[in-house]
Amino acid sequence: MTDVLPIDGIDGDSVVVASIESKSPKRLSWDRFKRDRFAIAGLGVVAFFLIIAIFAPLITKILGISPNALDRNSLNDYGLPNGRFGGISGKHWLGVEPGTGRDILARLIYGARLSLFVGLVATLITTSVGMMLGLVAGYLRGRVDTFLSRLSDLVMTFPSLILTIALVRPGTQRLEAMGVPEGNPARLTYLMLVTLFFGWVGFFRIVRGQTLALREREFVEAARSSGAGPGHIIFRQIAPNLWGPIIALASMSLPGYVAYEAALSFLGVGIISPTASWGIMLQDSVHYYRADPTYFFIPGATLFVLVMAFYLLSEGLRDALDPKNDRQQVA
Amino acid sequence: MTNPVVLEAKNLVKYFPTVSKGLLQRSTDSVKAVDGVSVQVRAGQTLGVVGESGCGKSTLARLLMRLLPPTSGTVLLDGADITSLTGRELRAVRAKIQMVFQDPVASLNPRHSVGQIIGTPLKFLKVKSATGAREHVQELMELVGLNPEHYNRYPHEFSGGQRQRIGIARALAVGPQVIVADEPVSALDVSIQAQVLNLMEKLQRDLGLSYVFIAHDLSVVRHIADEIIVMYLGKVVESGSPSDVYSTPSHPYTQALLSAIPVADPRAAASHKRTVLVGDVPSPIDPPSGCRFRTRCPRAQDLCALEEPALIDRGQGHPVACHFPG
Ligand SMILES: Nc1ncnc2c1ncn2[C@@H]1O[C@H](COP(=O)(O)OP(=O)(O)OP(=O)(O)O)[C@@H](O)[C@H]1O
Ligand code: SF4
Ligand SMILES: [Mg+2]
Repeated sequence: MTDVLPIDGIDGDSVVVASIESKSPKRLSWDRFKRDRFAIAGLGVVAFFLIIAIFAPLITKILGISPNALDRNSLNDYGLPNGRFGGISGKHWLGVEPGTGRDILARLIYGARLSLFVGLVATLITTSVGMMLGLVAGYLRGRVDTFLSRLSDLVMTFPSLILTIALVRPGTQRLEAMGVPEGNPARLTYLMLVTLFFGWVGFFRIVRGQTLALREREFVEAARSSGAGPGHIIFRQIAPNLWGPIIALASMSLPGYVAYEAALSFLGVGIISPTASWGIMLQDSVHYYRADPTYFFIPGATLFVLVMAFYLLSEGLRDALDPKNDRQQVA
Repeated sequence: MTNPVVLEAKNLVKYFPTVSKGLLQRSTDSVKAVDGVSVQVRAGQTLGVVGESGCGKSTLARLLMRLLPPTSGTVLLDGADITSLTGRELRAVRAKIQMVFQDPVASLNPRHSVGQIIGTPLKFLKVKSATGAREHVQELMELVGLNPEHYNRYPHEFSGGQRQRIGIARALAVGPQVIVADEPVSALDVSIQAQVLNLMEKLQRDLGLSYVFIAHDLSVVRHIADEIIVMYLGKVVESGSPSDVYSTPSHPYTQALLSAIPVADPRAAASHKRTVLVGDVPSPIDPPSGCRFRTRCPRAQDLCALEEPALIDRGQGHPVACHFPG
């Protein structure tokens, strides 16, 4: 209210604008985001899981539980948990695994670690590669664009799940031959490579389309008149206008990858037991769903809550980062 | 008209190929956006370019700016051919010609602060400023009537008129000789148009700038131009001083454009033949044979379809591209 200066009043139509506290686009987005209660709730849940994942060893230590320690005493003669609700007790807050007596809470906590790690890495690599190629194709057009677009069409036609499953054996063996440690490291590397191969396409298409539109905007011509080269124009002029859709899309695809890892582990091509993974827990629990429904419910519900939280978060981010809302908010 | 020519274009042609992909054959038509335009801009003066939407004004501006390569023709700056310069030499040219864009929203990157926007040409064109870059930008902001304290603000926080001032400050940053202004006020409210025009005139006087000033109606360029060209479908149909064009408009298209302006002076109104444009501008992909204006011309005759009228003085005291000027 204090900085209405006559110099800005020259235009007559600017007084209102000048009297508002200055806000950058980032600040405006954050203000919008803060008002979205669902998104904030989503962010809270995601942050909670992240903290659990990062501090998994510490948390399990404090709670005095371990994901791999067998507790035969908690099982009855049939190998099923003693007591009701899957053996929930003061010692095992979420019960124990039938057959082994391993603590479910501890396995869930370690499983969060793996799920989020896989989700984050998969999102990071697919987003960055897709964005890079999309920017280059959209800005350079011509042959580079034709080649990359055809390639993306081709990748889209592959049946990704079938190929992922079919190639898991030769793929991991190949990686092991190349020196990747056997077992889960090779499996994870294989999964990330396959994910990258199939996953860049979605980001590529969106970024390419947006870049094609943005490169025609006059500010790009203004940058060229200013003597800027393609590097500056792609990364400094065009890319900053894409962070909104990219972040929204990335936060939307992350839960997909978390669920994907669970599904692959469930199908037996993901993580190998005894490492804890939500997918492995689900797979295992299916065998006991009549005798011990709690065991099935817990990892399923956890996965559902995390995926849901990510979707709420990404919805909120998409609205908050949409620059179309900037101007309205000022007015 | 003794001032030396700074910027000159000879016979500029720009065809945009339109690739309409049929299943088997690709037709290679082209949009004849600019078709043989020659212009001269003199030191410290303004060349006004007028014409309806789609007649090739922005394309001409981009050709002069070397933002687009011409299909043929040459652009000369200070007598030197700049048509095919690249790299360092092109940057040296860019320091001398700058552009103000048509759209005050699209021409400023919404993710950059005003300081960044105005400072971009300084970064790439390596222009030495006596003070630091920030001070230099703030001086420019003051020069165009913006509050220098708003250095860190973003485009969405400014009104249309202020945004156009930001665009003008950016164009001035490297101290150019020539500014190509592509409809700098068309997107603004009428009251604000006058302020921006006044600013541009003042800057021209103070800094000795030469302008190529593009507009779609003749009233805007009237005060600011020293020389006017009227364009229709990629060609110049009439050119001359403002008094030539306003007092003795001889091409029916110019007359029609003038008729569209409400005239305050009744004597001037009487001297103008009222011509009302009918129909739409024909497609620049397939312009009419002979005179391109003939499909809308009230004076059109058989000759007009057969022979293209050259842009020459036919006794009007200035060049007109019409077989039957009057
Ligand atoms: N990059 C391009 N590719 C194909 N056609 C183009 C391109 N740029 C312009 N054109 C065509 O060239 C013609 C002239 O366009 P131009 O933008 O120069 O007109 P203008 O006089 O500036 O119009 P306006 O007043 O609407 O800005 C139009 O028919 C337009 O569709
Ligand atoms: S040449 Fe013929 S058609 Fe063209 S403007 Fe003159 S009179 Fe009209
Ligand atoms: Mg234009």
